[in-house]
Amino acid sequence: MIVGSRSSSDAARLVTPTMLVLWLVLATVPLWITRIGLYPYLGIEILIWSLYALAFNLVLGTAGLPSFGHGAYFGIGAYAFGLCQLDIVANLWICLAAAAVVAGLAGVLVALFISHRRGIYYAFMTIAFGQIFWTLAIKSHRITGGEDGLLKIKRLPADFGLVSFDLTDNVAFYYFVLAVFAVGTAVLWRLVHSPYGRVVAAIRQSEVRAAHLGYNVWLYKASVFALSAAVSGFAGGLFAMAQLAAFPDVMSLHQSGYVVMMTLVGGGLVSFWGPVIGVFLFLTARDVIGALTNAWMLYFGLLFIAIVLFRPEGIAGALSAAVQQHSLNTLRRRGTSAMRLLVGGGR
Amino acid sequence: MSMIEAAGVHVRFGDRVVLESVDLAVAEGEFHGVMGPNGAGKTTFFNVLTGRVKPSRGSIRLGGEDVTGLSPHRIAAKGIARSFQIMTLFDEFSARDNVMMGLPAFRARGLDMARAAAGDRNFAEQASEALAAVGLADKGDVRAKDLSYGDRRALEIAVALAQAPRVLCLDEPTSGLGFDGVQRLAALVARLKGKLTIVAIEHDMEFLFSLADRISVIHWGQVVARGRPQELQQNEWVRRSNLGKFA
Repeated sequence: MIVGSRSSSDAARLVTPTMLVLWLVLATVPLWITRIGLYPYLGIEILIWSLYALAFNLVLGTAGLPSFGHGAYFGIGAYAFGLCQLDIVANLWICLAAAAVVAGLAGVLVALFISHRRGIYYAFMTIAFGQIFWTLAIKSHRITGGEDGLLKIKRLPADFGLVSFDLTDNVAFYYFVLAVFAVGTAVLWRLVHSPYGRVVAAIRQSEVRAAHLGYNVWLYKASVFALSAAVSGFAGGLFAMAQLAAFPDVMSLHQSGYVVMMTLVGGGLVSFWGPVIGVFLFLTARDVIGALTNAWMLYFGLLFIAIVLFRPEGIAGALSAAVQQHSLNTLRRRGTSAMRLLVGGGR
Repeated sequence: MSMIEAAGVHVRFGDRVVLESVDLAVAEGEFHGVMGPNGAGKTTFFNVLTGRVKPSRGSIRLGGEDVTGLSPHRIAAKGIARSFQIMTLFDEFSARDNVMMGLPAFRARGLDMARAAAGDRNFAEQASEALAAVGLADKGDVRAKDLSYGDRRALEIAVALAQAPRVLCLDEPTSGLGFDGVQRLAALVARLKGKLTIVAIEHDMEFLFSLADRISVIHWGQVVARGRPQELQQNEWVRRSNLGKFA
């Protein structure tokens, strides 16, 4: 994976110019989103799912591990947030931490069983565990509310001691989620470009070579899965806040497939930002095309097939190739001009 | 005391006996060649030495310490580095990053998630030194998959050297190399001889007989002959076999 870095200097930074531009653009969204016929809640969804997809891409894009049941951890995070708030303590920070910790522990449990596997066996195991968690969520009616979901979850205030922000309004909540997203992207960027991230990326390319260089491949595979589950769970906690409820449907195989689709369409295999592009495209298509036809998924499915067939590196990969081609053409033009000048000077 | 010692190594895959009571003792600084026909069990023996295959019986000792059955990453951490017959590199990484992955200092920081990997001059300098040792000083920024075949072979060795190993296991290092590549590799191995304990499987008899201190011949999973190159040339078994023609 190119991991989205245009240069090694970007890889060494905690905050890159791309991040700053993205955060600034996202900060303006509430100012214009209603004017184009959309609504702030869509922005909230895009940010939360982007964080979830970036976490998922730690496993798929960076580590090359095909996890197809990742919705389980997103859902576990949502339930953990809700249950913490309803049964333990109504504190935003504690409940978000609970979402990450509980989902991370579920990730550790699954990782213990699957990290010695590879390829199709790994993929099937992730599906199997995802289905187990989904079934447990549906059947544990007393705890999770079953298919009706866990209701009455509140958007708790963001309490900073001296000041406290009310997040019940969608615009206020959007800015809170944006702040979390900004921190999340910086943390994940650093993680991917840290020595740990390099080792994980190396393991994707050759487990055998990595092991013979002294790296405990099992440990890295297990830890990256658990980390990804924890951040997915954290995003799930935010999603429970956004929806004011936690439902089992996000844990289904069907919805676990969405994050895979978003990540691949966006170009998560070649770029750090691919999952964000995929989420934006998917959720916008859902609302824009979905307003015209119920069969919006058919059109997105066709786009997915087209990308897999013609641009398997996804939109980010296609954009990157286009930029490279443009740079090459510019260099060629300059080279030709310089040659003309030289030839002209010679005369 | 031998730097690396295999005693009575026996490996079977199902009904098939692949290695039978193989012994090997390589002194510190020795270059020990391993030769034999295809399917003789040479690579399996390497896999036992480096932890990829656990022996059914027998033991492996590194500097006197029993390392039998340890996993590859533990054996690598104890100081056995290897190259592969089928080249195994991190193709998407630059040559420098491939080498950097092998540095013990980088490995020690492998679980560090807080600092950036890029921009550490120490790592870059150490990696550049290992690249220069194999003649790839000017190719550090080239992605491994974009290197020529010979350069990829050299990079495999640079990665192994970066591990600062006590024992270097080379699995057919001249495989696929042209005349110049073999000469370059021979010069490199000659420079390493005496400083590093090397065990090399090799089919290029000229390469092996000109460089090795001692050679073991494996056939049908057993060591059928062993000795200094000039002794092996007189060995009855080697003379009768195809290997003898080259020797």
